[in-house]
Amino acid sequence: MLARRIIPCLDVKDGKVVKGVQFVGHEVLGDAVDMALRYRDEGADELVLYDITASSEGRTVDYNWVRDIARALDIPFCVAGGIRSAEQAVKCLNSGADKVSINSPALERPDLINELAEMAGSQCVVVGVDSRELPLPKSGNRFSDTEGQPALNSDYYVHQYSGDPDKIRAAGRRTLDWVVEAAERGAGEIVLNCMNQDGVRKGYDIRQLRLVRDLIDIPLVASGGAGAPEHFTEVFDQADVSGALAASVFHKKIIHIPDLKRDLQKAGIAVRI
Amino acid sequence: MTDPSTAKVVVIELGCANTASVLFALERLGAEAVLSSDASEIRAAPRVVLPGVGAAGFVMSRIHELGLYDTIRGLTQPLMGVCLGQQLLFDSSEEGNVECLGLIPGRVVKMEAPKPLVVPHMGWNQLQAVREDPLTAGLNAGDYAYFVHSFVCPVTDHTLAQSTYGAPFAAMVRKGNVWGCQFHPERSSTAGAKILENFLTL
Repeated sequence: MLARRIIPCLDVKDGKVVKGVQFVGHEVLGDAVDMALRYRDEGADELVLYDITASSEGRTVDYNWVRDIARALDIPFCVAGGIRSAEQAVKCLNSGADKVSINSPALERPDLINELAEMAGSQCVVVGVDSRELPLPKSGNRFSDTEGQPALNSDYYVHQYSGDPDKIRAAGRRTLDWVVEAAERGAGEIVLNCMNQDGVRKGYDIRQLRLVRDLIDIPLVASGGAGAPEHFTEVFDQADVSGALAASVFHKKIIHIPDLKRDLQKAGIAVRI
Repeated sequence: MTDPSTAKVVVIELGCANTASVLFALERLGAEAVLSSDASEIRAAPRVVLPGVGAAGFVMSRIHELGLYDTIRGLTQPLMGVCLGQQLLFDSSEEGNVECLGLIPGRVVKMEAPKPLVVPHMGWNQLQAVREDPLTAGLNAGDYAYFVHSFVCPVTDHTLAQSTYGAPFAAMVRKGNVWGCQFHPERSSTAGAKILENFLTL
């Protein structure tokens, strides 16, 4: 049985895992290699390492820490942040990353998805989507679904540059259009970060994830909103996602992965224990 | 039995990404691992790994361009194909409709995964029907391995372990001096390390 994946996300700056994404004065949580290995020992199925400074600083990516992690780790990991070209992505993969995740650069130039899929194979290409529910502009009533959910007068929109509060903006695309396009262009996986839920810890956005899940036939990873173990059960049961990503609840030890996996197993969800 | 800490392995360099993690995993076990696309170096190696990420057609054309087709087919030392590398050991692949190395009989076909299953088959899945072999020593049915693929090798007499996603497929194969893993042992935690360690002591 294919196991559902539990994926901690680590924000990395200069080889250290930090807390507090946007501003100066990051609190250093620990060395990236040490923390990656700790999560591995606790039973994480995969890690996402997000280079928090590369994108906003526009610098050439220094992926020496990718190599350090690849040397030490024996579970898969994905590198996100600051990857703007196929060359940079290939450099990451050559340094030992299993996948790369692209977000804003894919919105700027969607052909990047095709180029990456062609050079490295779809299985290495993750498209990260930051999505927020917004009221519909004037007319339009796209969500007349029969489930009686709210949001008849809203739609989901992709946002870009979400790492920087001064730069974040709507990308002018409907989320449900963008995920289909990304899959058609060769993405091997979608990570859907539901921004309305992000940091609130009230649970994943099941409705949005379910809508996306029904539209694509590549793996979907849920992100944004995890606050309690039952949120993971819900998202696997109700949205049928392949994996669930979270950061702070793991870093702050609100959720301990071995306990979480036992809960999931009890709820009848296939997990690797 | 060879001590894994002194074992030498040549990992065939085909110019596709993702060979670093295989090298690192072998190094973690104390092996001396080198990348090479040099026929004489590959022939002289005590053990050879054929990695592979990407499309079968592209990688087979690389093997021909590098003049390594006969070299690989002629190896008599332990050879292990990993992921696409396992698929290339078979006669042919539906992916790009390409002739492969013909070291293991059978044709690689597109995975049949009816909805709601998603493709690629990506993540941790269990090994089943694990047969006794020097490469599977210490492995048990139910052990998890990390898979990423969209094409599958058929279950035949040469299957050492199978796995199921939609339908059963060959997760590990062997014929003579040739072994294969459809999953990534270098990313399969404890079970993967066990397989690589076994390979280093073949």
